[in-house]
Amino acid sequence: MTVIDSAVLERHGIKPDEYERIQQLMGREPNVLELGLFSVMWSEHCSYKSSRVHLKTLPTTGARVVQGPGENAGAVDIGDGLCAVFKIESHNHPSFIEPYQGAATGVGGIIRDIFTMGARPIALLNALRFGSLDTPLARRIFEGVVAGIGGYGNSIGIPTVGGEIVFDPIYSGNPLVNVLCLGIARRDDIVKGAARGAGNPVYYVGAKTGRDGIHGATMASAEFDETSAEKRPAVQVGDPFMEKLLMEACLEVMKTGAVVGIQDMGAAGFTCSTSEMGSRGGVGMSVDVAQVPQRETGMIPYEIMLSESQERMLLVVERGREREVEEVFEKWDLHAVKVGDVTEGTRLKIHERGSLVADVPNRALTDEAPVYHRPMQEPSWQKTVQQLSLAELGEPPTAQAAFEALIAVPTIASKRWAYRQFDHSVGTNTIAQPGASAAVVRVKDTSRGLAISVDGNGRFCYLDPYQGAMLAVAEASRNVACAGGEAIGATNNLNFGNPERPEIMWQIAEAVRGIGDACRALNAPITGGNVSLYNETEGRAIYPTPVLGVVGILEDASRTVTRVFKSDGAALVLLGDNSGELGGSEYLATVHRTVAGRPPALDLKREAALQRLVVDLIGKGCIESAHDCSEGGLAVAIAECTFDAGGLGVTVDVAPAANEVGAVDELHRAQWVTNATLFGESASRIVVSSASRHLDTVLASASAAGVPAQEIGRVSGDRIRLSVNGRLAIDTPVATAETAWATAIERIMSRQAAS
Amino acid sequence: MKFSVVVFPGSNSDYDAFYAASHVLGEQSELVWHKDTDLKGADAVILPGGFAHGDYLRTGAIARFSPIMNAVKAFAERGGPVLGICNGFQVLLEAGLLPGAMVRNDRIKFVSQVVPVRVEQTDTPFTAACSQNQVLKLPIAHGEGNYYAPPDVLAAIEQNRQVVFRYTSAAGEVGAQWNPNGSLNGIAGICNHRRNVVGLMPHPERASEAALGSADGRFVLASAVKALASVSR
Repeated sequence: MTVIDSAVLERHGIKPDEYERIQQLMGREPNVLELGLFSVMWSEHCSYKSSRVHLKTLPTTGARVVQGPGENAGAVDIGDGLCAVFKIESHNHPSFIEPYQGAATGVGGIIRDIFTMGARPIALLNALRFGSLDTPLARRIFEGVVAGIGGYGNSIGIPTVGGEIVFDPIYSGNPLVNVLCLGIARRDDIVKGAARGAGNPVYYVGAKTGRDGIHGATMASAEFDETSAEKRPAVQVGDPFMEKLLMEACLEVMKTGAVVGIQDMGAAGFTCSTSEMGSRGGVGMSVDVAQVPQRETGMIPYEIMLSESQERMLLVVERGREREVEEVFEKWDLHAVKVGDVTEGTRLKIHERGSLVADVPNRALTDEAPVYHRPMQEPSWQKTVQQLSLAELGEPPTAQAAFEALIAVPTIASKRWAYRQFDHSVGTNTIAQPGASAAVVRVKDTSRGLAISVDGNGRFCYLDPYQGAMLAVAEASRNVACAGGEAIGATNNLNFGNPERPEIMWQIAEAVRGIGDACRALNAPITGGNVSLYNETEGRAIYPTPVLGVVGILEDASRTVTRVFKSDGAALVLLGDNSGELGGSEYLATVHRTVAGRPPALDLKREAALQRLVVDLIGKGCIESAHDCSEGGLAVAIAECTFDAGGLGVTVDVAPAANEVGAVDELHRAQWVTNATLFGESASRIVVSSASRHLDTVLASASAAGVPAQEIGRVSGDRIRLSVNGRLAIDTPVATAETAWATAIERIMSRQAAS
Repeated sequence: MKFSVVVFPGSNSDYDAFYAASHVLGEQSELVWHKDTDLKGADAVILPGGFAHGDYLRTGAIARFSPIMNAVKAFAERGGPVLGICNGFQVLLEAGLLPGAMVRNDRIKFVSQVVPVRVEQTDTPFTAACSQNQVLKLPIAHGEGNYYAPPDVLAAIEQNRQVVFRYTSAAGEVGAQWNPNGSLNGIAGICNHRRNVVGLMPHPERASEAALGSADGRFVLASAVKALASVSR
């Protein structure tokens, strides 16, 4: 028998004080199998031990919230007895090690979380971060991740309807792959992941268990170093066909009413599903690993319990109705196997051919996992990076040159290269497709639609995590509003570095505080999410990158609008103040190679008023297009409204931005003001176009709502002509700008293929 | 009339075809499981899109052995209208109900976008409601839609007017720049010699309502309704 010494503990990622706690909870020394169970369940990935105290501060309730955090996914009421069930989840670490399979299994995992709740998944979105496409490594990861997302989602037949992709050298050794899935369930049909009723049988169904992914959750809870590539066996391989069968069979079997509880086997596999279902239901569970279908021979209980083989589910079935359940799975050529029973008490008992090999109080693995109040400290460099002196940046380029550079930078350029590989039309619900600010899917058999957006700005969060996180919530919610959706719920994915470093922990706490404040103000309760820590390579952390997914409802889906101009002669109105804040902007990063300054200011009351106004105007049919101003500022936002608009141009004249540009060379002052006006990324701004007959209504409604509004131009001609204070600053044919924007990523990726 | 939509394990557009036929066109429709052996009184059969059996081998290669395929073949031999959409088209090729084969898209990657497709023939049950050379806006979403046939077969199907749909520009021009996947002669869909079995890679069922961006796909299913009505009259 293996002696548990410090080397064994280290291999399991268990700290000495944690081991003491395990012994207390067990009342004895654990055996190695039991230690393995604690190792995966107490990993950061499963236990949220560093983030839990902070996550508790988030707003999680609201009139529409049917299911908040703690279940496989959250759910919000969307009327007519229906719920939107959604969650976002990350697969960052596996996607670095093996991009295709890492991303594919990330998609598979979040889909299982949704159909496990009894919901039919109808939409996928993703938020992706890669290094600079100038490097072969980033191109390889980008190519693999996009193919993996498509390979899984396309095959299973759930459309990928939207998302966002950002490229920055900070993510070169640590890409982010966050996937959101949304499904629709009848409110009464929602199934929970809790075991109940002693004597009820426990069933295993799906793919056989192999040795893949053992300790995957532990891997995702450590930093990367030069040996990370050797961890490849800890990445799993996805089988979307198996998942498709599982999804159809599970949704069908839930309709029988014979399913008491169900959970997928994701991170920490069989261990997580058995212990979590038991502890949620306040019951025990007794299983025999010898009954688990195995893909390889000679697997020991330790391997079976810790495997993360994909596409597997655990079900608790009402005793006496086993046959009904088995028949449905047989129809789909799946074999449902009884692996144990629900028991009285609260212990998870694991047997091998009848003999007891592990016996653990299941709450010790779940609710009683350690919770850390880790030390926090504002980084010593924080105030320094917030200093921005434009004078030190030298001569500003002309607005024309900056504009041409910005529309072709991969973060701003069209992501068509990626989403052309994603099936976005399957399911016949997709109304606004990838490339719109928010995706819109209709809810069949109702007039309603759901608008969904995922957003995050790591640069802003690096400069100020509290402010940056608020801005992420505001942007996601604003994008939803621009499609006509009123926010009804949100999900968050927290991507950060090593929480054992006080500076990182401070970033996490500040970001969560920002998310909480913004979600409260914008009525978007958090119904679930995911935390991905240890996103570091060779000791260098990514930017703190909270990603927010916001879901909004449209009472009449046919009223939705996109960013794209609809008619010649329409008036262009800027809603919100054009303050010209350049801190943390894409302009500074792309043109001046500088990441500095304070992120844009955000007044949550004004933001909420702006969003309500736009939702109201879209509902009334008063505006033809709406687009929020984010990366690249007003100039890029206006240009994007002309793209895909069949050649419609625009003529605009705006007043100079109100904010001071500070001490700059007088020779360049006018150019700085122009550039700040056109490329500043101030929050709470939306550009709308409106037919002349509705213009008065738009301006009057804005005035009544207390939202600043100014008519800044007209949809006209076939050029993008932007002036500041009457001086023409940008003048480009739409066709030229659109080609540069639409093909930038394709050109980079085909250059790679050619070399 | 009644549409029967075959459900293979891995079909993912089965419900979309069912929905278009039943909810959009208002016709009677039924989903038929691949292990069934009869078509439940179908007037027209649809083999839907998807990844039957995972398509890990060759698209459609396993689905052709499903029990329901015997009934589909018999139905086709009696002259019954059969429509294969995307993966369903691939299954029809593998089953020998249509000539030729599919290979990987010429640019390797999966392609998902709306493309113009020109109607080449109107004397099939799935184009009877279209006009000659009408250009339809239809979505494609496939990794293996690159139609191939040996030169003699290709010449024969062109000669026999079996090319039913072709990828073109929005104005109906044929050219390599309008061909999204490298298909020979820009072929998007074909029919058999008898003209009752039609396969196409684009998805008409996904473009049958204006809310989804195009309602042009309605012409395809509505054609079957029209064609059958004229037969029974």
